[in-house]
Amino acid sequence: MTSRNQILLFSIVLIITSIALMSYKVKVLNFPIFQEETTNIWNIEAKISFDSKKNQSALVSMILPKKQDGIIIVNEESSSADYGFTKRKLNSTNKGVWSKREIEGSQVIYYSIDIIKDKYYKANLEAEPIEVETMEVPSVMVQAANSLLNKIYDKSSDSLTFTSLLIKEFNLVQPSQAAKMIKNNYMKTAKEKRDALVQLLNKMQYKVRTIGALYLEDKQRNIVLTPMLEVFHKDKWYLFDINNGLIENSSEIFIWQRGSQFLLEAEGVKNSNVRFSVTKNIVPARNAALSKDLKNQSTLLDFSLFTLPNESQNTFKLLLLVPLGALVVVIMRVIVGLKTSGTFMPILLSMAFIETSLIPGIMMFILVVTMGLIVRSYLSHLNLLLVARISSVLIVVVGIMAFVAILSHKLELEYATSITFFPIIILAWTIERMSIIWEEDGSKEVFLQGSGSLIVSIIAYFAMTNSVLSFITFNFPEVLLAVLGLIILLGRYSGYRLSELYRFKSMVK
Amino acid sequence: MFANPFKLKKLGILGMNDRNINYIGKHNDRKNFPLVDNKLKTKKLAQKHGISVPKLLGYIQYQVEINHFEDYIENQNGFVIKPAQGSGGKGILVIVKRDKDKFIKPSGEALDYNDIKRHISNILSGLYSLGGRNDVAVFEKLVDFDDAFDGFSYEGVPDVRVIVYKGFPTLSMMRLSTSNSDGKANLHQGAVGVGIDIKTGKALNAVQFDRPIKLHPDTNKNLKELVVPFWDEILHLSARCYEMTNMGYLGADIVIDKNLGPLVLELNARPGLAIQIANDIGALKRFSLIDTLKNSNKSLEEKIAFSKENF
Repeated sequence: MTSRNQILLFSIVLIITSIALMSYKVKVLNFPIFQEETTNIWNIEAKISFDSKKNQSALVSMILPKKQDGIIIVNEESSSADYGFTKRKLNSTNKGVWSKREIEGSQVIYYSIDIIKDKYYKANLEAEPIEVETMEVPSVMVQAANSLLNKIYDKSSDSLTFTSLLIKEFNLVQPSQAAKMIKNNYMKTAKEKRDALVQLLNKMQYKVRTIGALYLEDKQRNIVLTPMLEVFHKDKWYLFDINNGLIENSSEIFIWQRGSQFLLEAEGVKNSNVRFSVTKNIVPARNAALSKDLKNQSTLLDFSLFTLPNESQNTFKLLLLVPLGALVVVIMRVIVGLKTSGTFMPILLSMAFIETSLIPGIMMFILVVTMGLIVRSYLSHLNLLLVARISSVLIVVVGIMAFVAILSHKLELEYATSITFFPIIILAWTIERMSIIWEEDGSKEVFLQGSGSLIVSIIAYFAMTNSVLSFITFNFPEVLLAVLGLIILLGRYSGYRLSELYRFKSMVK
Repeated sequence: MFANPFKLKKLGILGMNDRNINYIGKHNDRKNFPLVDNKLKTKKLAQKHGISVPKLLGYIQYQVEINHFEDYIENQNGFVIKPAQGSGGKGILVIVKRDKDKFIKPSGEALDYNDIKRHISNILSGLYSLGGRNDVAVFEKLVDFDDAFDGFSYEGVPDVRVIVYKGFPTLSMMRLSTSNSDGKANLHQGAVGVGIDIKTGKALNAVQFDRPIKLHPDTNKNLKELVVPFWDEILHLSARCYEMTNMGYLGADIVIDKNLGPLVLELNARPGLAIQIANDIGALKRFSLIDTLKNSNKSLEEKIAFSKENF
């Protein structure tokens, strides 16, 4: 294989790898491509409150939610000052148990979970035994129920249509006599209504279970679990709202509890109850993707920059932009053919511009270099050794920078001190080299190379401060592979430079 | 404003990227670069191979020796101080004559001892060398240039640049200094380039700052009238530089001394592209003709004959 083909293959492999990694992160891990994308993290908080009983130790247990399809639990935590907290699993039900030996006065325990909706998420629960709950229908209700149930049975075809019609029956403005009687006596609260519905469905030998759930709506405070029910049909459970019937889209609902056990059990305390609050937090989709994936233990993210501490993350945010600057330099050199003084001086300059902001940065650069050149032209008369002369220029540069900072501070220009971000050694060398160019090739060449460097660094500055680009490089560091591939490709570009099209113009007649 | 790149390609014009990848990168072995980049080494190597060069007066390697620089130029009226590893004509100081304690540059500007010492000190510190490495200051005898170029050059030594590709003299131009170039013969400093016909040694075309001109800007002499003397010797000399250095893509700079004839002034492993404008000929056409030769193991004479016949 010729070296040309090798390079072509190598860079194409790099670019494809980078694109593949990126699309994996976007498609599977739901990384956002644009910064503006946000996701909702829902925070559900259970507030358990109770009062102490004299000389009794407290033992409070609450049913905790299980995994469910379409919703990922990214964080679960209990905040309860000095309560012992353990999790237990009893008959496939998760329970949180809080305990404390001595308590006094009213107590509050918080248990909060953060969830993200993800329609592709599968909970992978072990096949649960189909627990059917049975509730005896009170004998007083039987009479009324029988006629109602028979009527609906005739109109329905299976358990689902039956349940829907039953719920509808109680919603009618003018329900039948039987329905009215049941509604008035047995459906005073939502919980009673649910239980009554379950009893009626039981009577028809349908498989039913009770549910305590929360609608995911923002800013809900002090609410209780909404009673719902699930009806078995063929091989699946279907969720029903007791007022609205079959729920088609269960992504708006978070099921906290299945089964009719008590949500909260407490020993040694009194007046215990649980209230919930639901809050929607808008977070950048990246954070969500991250916390989601730390749960899923994706190895790709185990080695990502996000595992670093915040401080070094910020350093890398800047470092990852340097390859972009390098790409700009390569393009400007190889494709455009701009002359710069020092190959990578423009990158350092543009990094300084990031700190100082562009216009003040350019002005300060021109000021420092001009003053430096004046001082340097005097130094050249002193006949110094090169190292000593550059060091003198270095000190002069520091002096000029201090002077500019003080002056602009006195003039109340806000960017006063940001001048310190200029790379002084690079500036000293730039001044030295420019003054040599001045002596050797004249002022025109100094102007050419100086403005060439400035143009390249301004373009690099725009590339490096572009929010889309910086967002992509930090979130998808694998883009560097593509940049590398591109630079390698450009390294074999043997076509004309833009400047040569101008240079050789006279040869084309 | 810009030329059509496809037209340039059709004319066979060599671009900078193409030159770097396919000519310098492919034909010039990295390990041979010091032979060419270091003028002191080139000079010693040339002397070993019996290639004539301007006389070496001496060289200074350490700062402490600077005070003795006069030892080297004692009996010389005109001399040149250059950095051994300088590039692009940087750091070359030409002194045409001495007037008591003064050293006179081609422009007439007078320098004193301290100016010379500072210049040597700068050279040793690596100011003019690639990457700022410490360097050596080389003293050589000023070439007493041939009368053939009277009026064609302003305050400086005119030289002939020959591009030698795989040992074949391929393109040639005369570089004439101007008032812009301060006696130096580098085109980017403002020297005039005159394309020279490989067959005859006669002028073809002239450029300054990459644009065609007809008359020398200082002397107003018609550049088309230029004829290079000793032309066959120059072609021989340049072709022998290939055998000496083994560089497949080489630029040989040759000056003509009134008494000594053609001398190799220096060699260049990265010769520039302006020679194409001076000749109004794309280099690629000639390079590819040489590439198509089945048997490139020709003798020096055969290569020169081939070049003279085809270019």
